[in-house]
Formats: sequence, C-alpha cells, structure tokens
Amino acid sequence: MALQIFALIAHKNGAADDSAFELPVAAKAIDTAASVTAIVCGAGADVDAVAQAIAGTYPNVWKINHPALAHPNAEALRLALTKILPKGAIVLMAHDTLGMDLGPGLSIKLDAAFVPDVVGIEGLDGSILKLIRQEFGGQVSTHIHCDITDGAVINVRSGSFQATGETVSGAVADKSGEIGEIQPKRKYIETVVAEVGDVDITKADVLVSVGRGIEDQENISIAQELADAIGAVVSCSRPIVDAKWLEKSRQVGTSGKTVKPKVYIALGISGSFQHLGGLKGNPFIVAVNKNPKAPIFQVADVGVVTNLLEFVPELTERIQEKK
Amino acid sequence: MEILVCVKRVPDTAENEIVVNSSGSDIERADLVYSVNEWDNYAVEEAIQIRDRVGGTVTVVTVGDEESEEVLRREMAMGADKGILISDDAFAGSDGKGIAAILKAEIEKGKYDLILTGAQADDGAAQVGGMLAAMLDLPFASLVNKIEIVNDATIQVGREVEGGNQEINEISLPCVLSIQTGINEPRYVGIRGIRKVASVEIPVHKAGDLGIDAGKVGKAGAKVKKVDYFIPPAGKGAEILEGSSEEIADKLIELLKAKGGIK
Ligand SMILES: Cc1cc2nc3c(=O)[nH]c(=O)nc-3n(C[C@H](O)[C@H](O)[C@H](O)COP(=O)(O)OP(=O)(O)OC[C@H]3O[C@@H](n4cnc5c(N)ncnc54)[C@H](O)[C@@H]3O)c2cc1C
Repeated sequence: MALQIFALIAHKNGAADDSAFELPVAAKAIDTAASVTAIVCGAGADVDAVAQAIAGTYPNVWKINHPALAHPNAEALRLALTKILPKGAIVLMAHDTLGMDLGPGLSIKLDAAFVPDVVGIEGLDGSILKLIRQEFGGQVSTHIHCDITDGAVINVRSGSFQATGETVSGAVADKSGEIGEIQPKRKYIETVVAEVGDVDITKADVLVSVGRGIEDQENISIAQELADAIGAVVSCSRPIVDAKWLEKSRQVGTSGKTVKPKVYIALGISGSFQHLGGLKGNPFIVAVNKNPKAPIFQVADVGVVTNLLEFVPELTERIQEKK
Repeated sequence: MEILVCVKRVPDTAENEIVVNSSGSDIERADLVYSVNEWDNYAVEEAIQIRDRVGGTVTVVTVGDEESEEVLRREMAMGADKGILISDDAFAGSDGKGIAAILKAEIEKGKYDLILTGAQADDGAAQVGGMLAAMLDLPFASLVNKIEIVNDATIQVGREVEGGNQEINEISLPCVLSIQTGINEPRYVGIRGIRKVASVEIPVHKAGDLGIDAGKVGKAGAKVKKVDYFIPPAGKGAEILEGSSEEIADKLIELLKAKGGIK
C-alpha cells in the first residue's frame, strides 16, 4: 500500500501559515507516490475557510471542527489526531511553537519515530527515511536514518522547502464526527500580546544588531555609537534580551520582531535559524564575528572575521572622521 | 513541591568552534569547553525559586557519562538539593525516545509534582520533555516562560509563542514543562558554592537499577539514528573583507554608503 502522509496545517485568523505550502514539497521528497492529506483543525468558520483554501494545494483535506480545538492546545490536538490517524502514518508539521509542543508527545502516542527540525529530505530506502538536521545552532549538519516501519512524526523547519505554487482541486472531507469528547488536563486561558517598546525596530532602514558576542552590557554602547554615527537603530538577538541588557521589543527573530531593513549589521550574532527567521525583505547583511565558521557568514553579503570589541569602535571613529 | 529537573552536559557553542572529525563520525571533542545546557540552567533556577516560595526539594538528574557529574554539582551549587547520575554503557546511542524512556524509569522510582526540562539542547531537538510527558501520561507544556503556583493541584504557565506573545494555560499537577530562556535570571555560581557541594555523594543509577530493558534503549532500540556529521556544502557565503583593520573599515564604509547604510 502506498505511504500515507499527513500534513498538519498551522493557521491563524482564517489563513494558512506559509509552512502549509512547504509541507507538500517535503512530502514529495519523502515519496512521490504517497497519498498526501492536509489536516485542518480548529473551531468555527476559520476551519472551513482554511480547509477550502488549502484544497487548492492538497489533493485531500480533512477538516476537524471541534469546540475543544478553538484555542491553541497541543494536548487537545494530540487527543483528536490519535483518533483519526491510521497506523503507520507519516505526519508532517512545522517546527514552530505548536510543532514543538505537539510533535514529541504525538509520536509516543502513535508509537512512531520522531525527527524534529528537519532541514532536508533525501528520500526512502526501504523502511528507512533519510533526513538532514543541523546541530549546535547550525554549525554542523547530520544525516539521520529514521525507521518508519511504525510511522513517523517529522517536524520540518520553515523555509527549508520552497513552495512550488502548484495548484490542485482537492476534496475536503469532514472528520469532525470521529473525534468525540476530548478532555485535556491542560486548559487554554488567554494570549497575552507582546508589549510595544519605545523604539520600533520594524520601521528602521538600518539596524545595528548585537548578539552574545558583545559579551557585556556596558559594551552595548559600542553598538549604539556606531548606530548614532550612521543613523541606525540598535536591535539584538535573544540572549541580550534574556540577560535584560535590552528590552524585548528590540529582539529580532521568530519569538521577537520581524524586521525588513535595507541594511542589517550583525555584531557577534551566530545566525541561528530562529534569529534569521525575523529578518525579511532580503537586506544587505554585514556580519562581524570572530568565528569564521559562524552560520551567519552563509547568509551575509559581507563578512569581517574579527573581534568586534576592537573593530567596531575603530569603524565608528573612521566614519566620524570622514563626515 | 517535589521538583525534578533533567539537565545535560553540552559543548558550549558560544565558546567553541564546532569542527567535524576526520571520519565524520562525531565532532572533535578533545578541546571543547563543556557546560550545562543553557535552557536547563533556567529550568534549575526556576525550580529553586519555586521551592524557596512554597517549600519542597529540587533534584537534578542527568543521563550521561561520568563527566556529567560536574554539571550536577554545578546545579547543586546553585541550590538544587540532590543529584542523580544515570549512567550505563547500554545507553550509548539512545535516540530522544530512549533518553525519555530512561528518565521515565527514574521518575517512576520517586514521587514528583513537577518535572522540568530545558526547551532544547545542543542538538536543537526539543523532544525529551514532550516524549517524557506522553510516556508518563502527564500533561505537558513546552517553551514555558512563566510559572505560577495556584494551589497543590494546579499551576498556571505562560508559553512563549511566535512574535513574543505569551499563551497562558492552566495545568493540573503532576506535569512536565520544558523551560524557555528568559523566564528568570539564573544566579551566579561561585567557586565557594562549587566547593561546598564537592564532597556530596551523587548516586549513580544503571540500567539494572532502573529495571530498563537494555534492548529498548541505546543504539539497538533507536528508531532514529545519526549516521554522520558533515559540513554542509557552502552556499552563497559572504565576501570576507581582508586587510588591515583600517583597510577593512574603509571598504566597509564604501559598501555601507552604496547600500544606503550610512545616512
Ligand atoms: C523557540 C525558540 C525561539 C527563539 N527565538 C529567537 C529569536 O526570536 N531571536 C533570536 O535571536 N534567538 C532566538 N532563539 C535563540 C536562538 O536559538 C539562539 O540561541 C540565539 O539566536 C543565539 O544568539 P547569538 O547569536 O547572539 O548568540 P550565540 O549563538 O552564542 O553567538 C554568539 C556569536 O558571537 C561570536 N562572538 C563572540 N565573541 C565575539 C567577539 N568578541 N567578536 C566577534 N564575535 C564574537 C561567536 O563566534 C558567536 O558566533 C530562540 C530559540 C528557541 C528555542
């Protein structure tokens, strides 16, 4: 029997997440002959809207409209999915905050293998699925062999597969009736929206962004002086916010702000995918990092391999001299 | 509140350049600086703060080799009450599920109200906490950046979601949570603290002590196997500026001007 692949569709405000259009590409990379079904879960009119829209991308769509799925809750979702997924299914989902919450536990309940944060798929060799992951913040890659005899849950890193834009006319099947009662021990209460800071980094054309390589709170002034000299705004990576050296509204990344500057100067930032996930619009990227192998150099346009604590003040001085 | 925190000894990526060994079987480990996984440190700090508020104990546990004992001692110097080292050659090559199964066996020997893990570790897998919860049939929340104890049976947790928003959930105890960085400020551990716990005995538990079937963990039991390490083929890559720092600065200034980076 052909492999059965299911893609869990993340959606918000009635629209499917970008990952929904990337997962069918991942499914093809696993097995072009597999049957691929999108699963849209939620409650209310959104579910129908997303299911209809996604039927243009997937040949089969299952929709589950259930009051217990009205709000984000991986436990409720897991209870629902384990009722309808066939044995041996391959389940794909985005490696986002929902996928990280749901994937590991779902794989245990399905008695399936689990591979998180997959960035490449090399295909099947019998019952072995060959995958690529990264470790150490993207400094090295690994080949993974995953035994899919009992199925698998695969979390895919967003942006690793390019959506093709290919359209189909898929059929939507309503699976809501098969779910029955769900009583999670975890209950959703509310979503608290991020605070707005005093500076809006999303509007800046030029960002001087600091990472852990700045080493000390006092050294932030080095970045601020450069920013002042060139008319830029200071932003940062997550560890700087965790250390409370700058406020959360300055953080670039998936759990911070999405920015679209023309020029992005990354000082002492390694270039993890969660950080780069917040950098959109193809800016001109300058990276200053003492580690020549830092992943940031793969995405930067221009790199300087050096100690930023010595180089940046020199650069700032030079800019001021030339003014 | 009886709290267990799962911790791991990992190479410190901020300090090290990670290099693949010549056969590709592993990374070069000889000169690496190791430390406690960043996320675990926040988990231990949170556990200590909860204990100090509501009473109870904090136990830190790790699955690893003998050298992993040093991270247990470090977390005990921080304020954890007890440490447990789970170590057995049979555990080598375990996948995430194997590690979760080993931890489950240890957890079932005790009685814990709250089990914490870091959100992820060096392999970025973010899997052990969620697997452990499912195996134990306990509720779970990942990426937790706030914990409020409501009463003996219930807590409220904040989960970090995209865009820095926070999702508040109510969870019944016992439960498993994976902790996101930024939830607190882990305290500084000085040499004196380390010295104070240097002679505390840390029990070592083996597969036999935990009643673990060695065939179900380790390499034999792993459905997910790491075949090799490699450096991905270079993509576009940055143009690396060379020369004296003045020359580099001048080149950079020209480029920034051309791209609108200097106003
Ligand atoms: C769910 C989740 C969400 C996340 N969301 C975000 C997010 O929104 N934004 C974000 O940034 N991260 C996020 N992270 C964290 C992310 O995975 C990385 O841990 C983080 O981006 C690393 O920050 P960094 O590059 O500043 O630090 P590191 O990775 O520690 O890199 C520091 C770099 O500085 C260099 N360096 C050190 N000293 C010097 C010096 N003197 N001169 C020059 N270079 C030097 C080092 O070579 C290194 O490359 C998230 C993680 C998770 C799990």
